Amino acid sequence: MSTVRHGEADLARAARLPGQGSGLDALDRRIINALQGGFPLSDTPYQDVAEGLGIDEATLLDRLQRLLDTGVLTRFGPMFQIERLGGRFVLAALAVPEERFEVVTALVNAFPEVAHNYRRTHRLNMWFVLATETPQGIDDVIRRIESATGLPVFAFPKRREFFVDMRLQA
Amino acid sequence: MTTRPPDDLDRRLVLATQAGLPLVPRPYDVLAAQLGISPGEVRARLADMLDNGRIRRIGAVPNHYALGYTANGMSVWDVPDERIVELGEAVGRLPGVTHCYERPRALPDWPYNLFAMVHGKDRESVLAQVEEIATLLGSACRGRDVLFSTAILKKTGLRIG
Repeated sequence: MSTVRHGEADLARAARLPGQGSGLDALDRRIINALQGGFPLSDTPYQDVAEGLGIDEATLLDRLQRLLDTGVLTRFGPMFQIERLGGRFVLAALAVPEERFEVVTALVNAFPEVAHNYRRTHRLNMWFVLATETPQGIDDVIRRIESATGLPVFAFPKRREFFVDMRLQA
Repeated sequence: MTTRPPDDLDRRLVLATQAGLPLVPRPYDVLAAQLGISPGEVRARLADMLDNGRIRRIGAVPNHYALGYTANGMSVWDVPDERIVELGEAVGRLPGVTHCYERPRALPDWPYNLFAMVHGKDRESVLAQVEEIATLLGSACRGRDVLFSTAILKKTGLRIG
């Protein structure tokens, strides 16, 4: 199945923006805040959301497309809890030698199982989330990442989830 | 609520929407046509998946850097295993903590078993929130660190199929 990756090409550029100068106007912020959950399951959900915001549907759709194209939004749609669908999410880390950082980034990011990847301030300097459809898929992708990079993968599967709420006020 | 096992329609809905919901006036009709079921069935199934937690929510996923949350600190703590539930729940209730998990240690490299993600507009505000966590944990904290993110290397979200 082909997938459309909204705005992925612009993600790195957006990620380097210094926040306050992101070019978001008040309407962009209202849209982002209104759409961080509770999207209606109605015939015309965008129309319903637009009415609540006092704008028309076409404006909302244009704005959403632009926010995705510029990487302000990384996605718009259902957020799946893959464990409840039989799959697994696992946080993992690598200690990447500085001189190999770019090469290893490309190798790791090439795995579709890598859902996000962050550089962090620690000897374990690369932290990524693996998402697979089956529990066994995790062990397999970890072995393949170790083999591709020549580095040991530290896996930190969650034991308990105490709280998750990723919503941030725009 | 009895929970039915995941089925093929759940999986096909994931595949059809993991890159995003169609940006058209009647998005569920588009999905229905793709999946060969009625729009009502699409909406009923999405409602069911929201009810049973297979979908956390339907909405926008912001790039937090682009919203000005440029400081993202993964605070990590070594606390006694026997107190992890009580402490994890208390840390998770603090404002500014967006995720809070128990994860295994990887000794000797990694002594931490409690992970609390804190987002802020600058490092000072994140560090101030981390101090609140430290205060809450008190003497239960045997070791700690904060790992700031310095670059998003990838953020596509889940992709299966």
